[in-house]
Amino acid sequence: MAADGGDKFSVLLPTYNERENLPLVVWLLVRTFRQSGNNFEIIIIDDGSPDGTQEIAEQLEKIYGSDKIVMREITSILFSSGTAYIHGMKHATGNFIVIMDADLSHHVSLYSIKQKEGNFDIVSGTRYKGNGGVYGWDLKRKLISRGANFITQVLLRPGASDLTGSFRLYRKEVLQKLTEKCVSKGYVFQMEMIVRARQLGYTIGEVPISFVDRVYGESKLGGNEIVSFLKGLLTLFATT
Amino acid sequence: MTKLGQWLCGLALLGSAWAALALAPPGLRLPAPYRQALLPLPVYLLVAFGCYSLATVGYRLATFNDCEEAAAELQEHISAAREDLRRRGLRF
Repeated sequence: MAADGGDKFSVLLPTYNERENLPLVVWLLVRTFRQSGNNFEIIIIDDGSPDGTQEIAEQLEKIYGSDKIVMREITSILFSSGTAYIHGMKHATGNFIVIMDADLSHHVSLYSIKQKEGNFDIVSGTRYKGNGGVYGWDLKRKLISRGANFITQVLLRPGASDLTGSFRLYRKEVLQKLTEKCVSKGYVFQMEMIVRARQLGYTIGEVPISFVDRVYGESKLGGNEIVSFLKGLLTLFATT
Repeated sequence: MTKLGQWLCGLALLGSAWAALALAPPGLRLPAPYRQALLPLPVYLLVAFGCYSLATVGYRLATFNDCEEAAAELQEHISAAREDLRRRGLRF
């Protein structure tokens, strides 16, 4: 429980060159939280973006108050999701941590996340179940996604339908434990967290999410990504 | 045990059972028809798994939802957000 006895949600947003998207993401989050009446804070962890992301974040801090928006910079060649989360958690005052990308791909109503909170340790968004889905994906991208997920399910049997989505809610102590144990980089880190969570006996709930493709900027997916995905998958296969 | 470890154990178990029964060192002989049926079993299973994989991925590909509504809703939210933030003094 947070200090005042209620639940508080700390949203961690690792950013790199998200100047266009950041205000929109923050606005959506603030609106959703205010509608649901939950106590929240948004922690923006920026990797030294050259496009002025930090400046926008500071403006947002002034508009919404620095108890609600917190901007932290880390400039380090080791900036990967793992280090961003560790850094972000140090400043988080909530008892639940929400992790999402700041690229507007995750258009989610946090209501359903909260609802799914049947006392789960982790709630994960899934594009593959229920009325979850994607928008603006061509056949090739869908095929790669489904194919990769199939291989992942066969090899890792993770107990969650979508491992590479990165909209998740964790109990703070669960996230702390997992970030200690997980060693991968980037989105393989996200996969590793779910696999290890299952091994440690944490409960995982799923919520269908609509993954709307990037409105601004470029989505970080290419041929290299596929190769590194397979490498990461095989590493997890051999080490977890 | 790692997943790799589990797979290796499982394969070793099934592999040795198959080898024992199908390749049949004398003393453990099943009748010939059974041995002949067992011999190509690993290949059959592999092919069956391949078919299952194709069918499953194909089905999942076909039923992959497209979120038209969510996209439209998002566009509305973006306009509203830009409006509101501009009013509050955000310089984009």
